[in-house]
Amino acid sequence: MIFQLEYVYYIAGIFLAIISILSFTDKSNPRRFTTALFWGLFGISFIFGKVIPPLYMGILVIVLAIIAGFGGVRMGSYQQTTDQEREASSRRFGNKLFIPALLIPIVTVIGSVVLKKTQIGDLFLLDQQNVTLVSLGIACMISLVVAMSITRTKGIQPIKESRRLLDAIGWASVLPQMLATLGALFGAAGVGTVVADLVGSAIPVDNRFFVVVAYVVGMALFTMVMGNAFAAFPVMTAGIGLPLLVQMHGGDPAVLGAIGMFSGYCGTLLTPMAANFNIVPAALLDLPDKNAVIKAQAPTALILLTVNVFLMYYLLF
Amino acid sequence: MWPLIGILIVIIGFALKFNPLLVVTVAGIATGLAGNLSVEEILITFGTAFEKNRYLSLFILTLPIIGLLERYGLKEQSQVLISKVKAATTGRLLILYLFVRESTAALGLTSLGGHAQMVRPLVAPMAEGAAENKHGELPEELRNKIKAQSAATDNVGLFFGEDIFIAFGAILLMHGFFQQNGIVMEPLHLAMWGIPTAICAFLIHGTRLYLFDGKIAAYMKEYNHSTKNRIDG
Repeated sequence: MIFQLEYVYYIAGIFLAIISILSFTDKSNPRRFTTALFWGLFGISFIFGKVIPPLYMGILVIVLAIIAGFGGVRMGSYQQTTDQEREASSRRFGNKLFIPALLIPIVTVIGSVVLKKTQIGDLFLLDQQNVTLVSLGIACMISLVVAMSITRTKGIQPIKESRRLLDAIGWASVLPQMLATLGALFGAAGVGTVVADLVGSAIPVDNRFFVVVAYVVGMALFTMVMGNAFAAFPVMTAGIGLPLLVQMHGGDPAVLGAIGMFSGYCGTLLTPMAANFNIVPAALLDLPDKNAVIKAQAPTALILLTVNVFLMYYLLF
Repeated sequence: MWPLIGILIVIIGFALKFNPLLVVTVAGIATGLAGNLSVEEILITFGTAFEKNRYLSLFILTLPIIGLLERYGLKEQSQVLISKVKAATTGRLLILYLFVRESTAALGLTSLGGHAQMVRPLVAPMAEGAAENKHGELPEELRNKIKAQSAATDNVGLFFGEDIFIAFGAILLMHGFFQQNGIVMEPLHLAMWGIPTAICAFLIHGTRLYLFDGKIAAYMKEYNHSTKNRIDG
């Protein structure tokens, strides 16, 4: 293939390297050295991720956590435009400002749907395993060029602007990847089987309704712990769903899977462990309460989980 | 039982508001040790998983564009645009976004949205703008509630739409899992049985958004009343 996912990581790494240098020179940041080190190491993990041995990458990850854990990632100053300047410029550029913003999703979709199977000679244009992510990378580059030419911006101004946003998110930007590593360690240590055994031994297996409740609520709870319904699904379904609901009570596995996975998603709406959906957006929107998005979602998630119990009970058998 | 110590550390650590990165690292190391992994194996697991999951951080690529457009007044322009639509209210706008997000995700177009690409630059400013048109300048607390609800709407639409698209990862994961356990089924059946929950998700969240307009009005009434009293008193 011509465009590989690794190239997209190189671009992200270069962005982070520039942000690291800008942070280093930002004298208004009280912790500019550790802030620069944090973004620099994060950038290195993108550029050299494939070649650094996993053991050293593991040490790098721990260093990132220590820097962030002891308040080493701080904000600097960003020479922002004033409200009046922004209002004047929005009048000047008008709806043209929407073009680059809308180009990101549109080009990503075109790439992942239309160009998916495109070949030049024997080579696929896009990395076949990661079509959407590679398309996102290409879309961002195209959109960046268009945005710069519409606003007549030169040089690294866009990256200076992104530093303002990235510093506002701060250490939370690394949290989704960190939680994925925790999931991997949970897997390696066999946490799933212990949980499934515990739940399995605590419910009255003869009562269909209680088993349905245990499976649906268990999916949500275990997803909340793991931060990811994909990790909870095999554990809960092998532990409770298949042996009790399908084999013992004769339920339809397609219904079990579909509603079971959605019950896990209700858990995703409720947990800070799903950082990329719940915590990063709160930071991205400058919300002072990092759990504000979860609080907004909680009523929907809890009502839907209750509905799922009854849907499962009536559709499964 | 010992491997569960990581879960305990996460719950206590998050509750006591320690830095989540540190909590997760400590929980990971403790879980690994409890599961009889050597320190080297733990570090390797950290490193491998971190490297494999770099895609989770690719939202970084959108930030230069969004940042640049914001510098030149993207948010302000979003609010100008929404002020021209007289029928627009925060609730109606978010219901429309929920519908578009959920139905496009169901067709596999999950990238037509997202917090960095759509919510921060477009959806949240428009939702705020619609409330401003009705009620004038909004207090910070209400502004934050509207932003949080915009992000929540994106999540609900995405989650309960994507799972009824048959080529989506969750469907393939379930299909593979059942196959391993000797149960063969069509992915289409898995997708089909997701539809009742998907419809309920739209109705439940849609109803909440419909009621959200009333909540905003009640909040502003209360707010104006109390500020007026403060000035009078």
